[in-house]
Amino acid sequence: MKLRDIAVNNLRRRKAKVFFLVAGLLVGVASVVALMTTTRILEEDIAHKMDEFGANIIITPRSEGLSLTYGGLSLGGLSFDLKEMSEDDAAKITTIKNSENIRYVSPKLFGVFENRGHKALAVGVDFDAELEMKKWWKITGQPPKAEDDVLVGKEAAEKFRVAPGDTLDIKGKTFKVAGVLHPTGSQDDGLVFISLPVSQQLFDKPGKVGMIEVAALCHNCPIAEIVTQISEALPAAKVTAVQQVVEGRMDTLHNFRKFSLGISGLILMVGSMVVFVTMMGSVTERTREIGIFSAIGFRRSHIMRIILLEAFVVSLIAGVVGYASGIGATRVLLSFLTDKVPHFSLDPIVPVGAVFLSIVIGLTASLYPAMAASRMDPSEALRTL
Amino acid sequence: MSYIRAINVAKYFGTGEGKVAAVRSIDVSIEQGEFLCIMGESGAGKSTLLSMLGGLLSPSRGEVLIGDINIYELKPDKRADFRREFMGFIFQSFQLVPYLNVLENVQLPLAVTHHTEAEKKELAMSALERVGLKDKAHRLPNQISGGEQERVAIARAVVNEPPVLYADEPTGNLDSKNSAEVMKLLKRLNAEGQTIVMVTHSRHNAEYADRIIEVADGTIEESGPLFQAAAGASV
Repeated sequence: MKLRDIAVNNLRRRKAKVFFLVAGLLVGVASVVALMTTTRILEEDIAHKMDEFGANIIITPRSEGLSLTYGGLSLGGLSFDLKEMSEDDAAKITTIKNSENIRYVSPKLFGVFENRGHKALAVGVDFDAELEMKKWWKITGQPPKAEDDVLVGKEAAEKFRVAPGDTLDIKGKTFKVAGVLHPTGSQDDGLVFISLPVSQQLFDKPGKVGMIEVAALCHNCPIAEIVTQISEALPAAKVTAVQQVVEGRMDTLHNFRKFSLGISGLILMVGSMVVFVTMMGSVTERTREIGIFSAIGFRRSHIMRIILLEAFVVSLIAGVVGYASGIGATRVLLSFLTDKVPHFSLDPIVPVGAVFLSIVIGLTASLYPAMAASRMDPSEALRTL
Repeated sequence: MSYIRAINVAKYFGTGEGKVAAVRSIDVSIEQGEFLCIMGESGAGKSTLLSMLGGLLSPSRGEVLIGDINIYELKPDKRADFRREFMGFIFQSFQLVPYLNVLENVQLPLAVTHHTEAEKKELAMSALERVGLKDKAHRLPNQISGGEQERVAIARAVVNEPPVLYADEPTGNLDSKNSAEVMKLLKRLNAEGQTIVMVTHSRHNAEYADRIIEVADGTIEESGPLFQAAAGASV
């Protein structure tokens, strides 16, 4: 017979009491696990979707520019030592260390053309990557499929008076207007999109590209790292992170995380109160027993040890079961919160954290009741008999 | 010199207008091996006096000495150790721990000692043998009769062989047959050298004691051997 036998026997033979104690703590732990895991998975999902939404890195050929001013008068500027990029450069982007973070690479070639007395910019693109990256595009007609299909911006369509199904001559070659973009409010409205290989032929720049847009999944890695790696892979290019886009995304995720942490804190506080009240009730209920322990010669520390040991066992069970319940609840929660359940991944730190948290809360909430029990005057306790 | 001495002990509960004297001023001396019975009406202060003699309740005034140790000068933990080593308690209504079986209840005072598990078990079985309950060692308290529960409480009180046994109304919840058995058991322990201090209402039970003190209104009204106290003589 040791002190731990007293604690274990008490728990074993008071199953209903243990059930309610575990349940009180378990609800708190499960709620926090569910909330944290749901938040993390949704956060990853949102981050993933946001990263796919448009480019966050722009790569242009490096050139030396000179701004000319004289006596405070601007005389314009000029570019010299202009370097060019090729499709091979676009391929190199997928070989960087963080290549798994690269979602889309969309090389572009620009060229000016004239039609019916109007000038416009034709952009050669990889339609598959472009359409994936610009999910906000809405098209009247069809997305381009054939080599001689073009996609025309709203303003350009009005300028050239073309509609889906019409034809449009660019540099002497006739293209079919597959679709017209709805107004986007961006420079896209004035552009005519053609396929990249065709644009290279038309503008006599085989294998060359003028700009590369990259959509990188920067949720788990700093965008600056990816920029550095691309710069190293393409020394002749200027790689720029679109800071406004990156920071906007990080802000959204940060707020989302703060919200979930706030809710988790609140739930934990309520959980701690439940354990505290239950443990206090349990100690009050056991006044008689504690009086007997004290009378037969148990020290204060012995009584505290019994109560804290019980709290430890209860918290351990609540932590383990709470984690399992929380993960189960997360799966149910995600099926309600999302149309398509995102990839479900388990964070190995969460089970350890859940059990640790449960034990810390259980012991902290039981500390005062244990101290109160240990300080109980044996004659006072026995007087309540 | 007497083994246990209570010198001018008093106990008050409450403060100011609501202050109540449970024990006013009592001097008691108990010899080693003596069987002392404390009698009195309800509220006379006999259980309070027993608690003070047993180191469970600090007196408001006076001191309690066991041998030459003033037990209320000891720090709480040392006093707990002293109670464990020198005193055994039999409480009203048995006061067994309901979720521990008979053997575990008897072993309770040994839970914080340095005996090995085998020694603890042997001591507990020996105590149960003394009270005739060795065969019910693995029953829970609610699986045995009231008389048996009281005997388990006695076994628990004597398991570590304390020099003094304090019993507060040990037969209060028992019928006459079981009461007689418990009293015979206590008398037998006393005959084996155990010092016993017992509180009881029952004059019949008091007949088992060597000496009776009658407490009334917080003071000792009569004290002496059974025949003298019963006759109303003062000592």
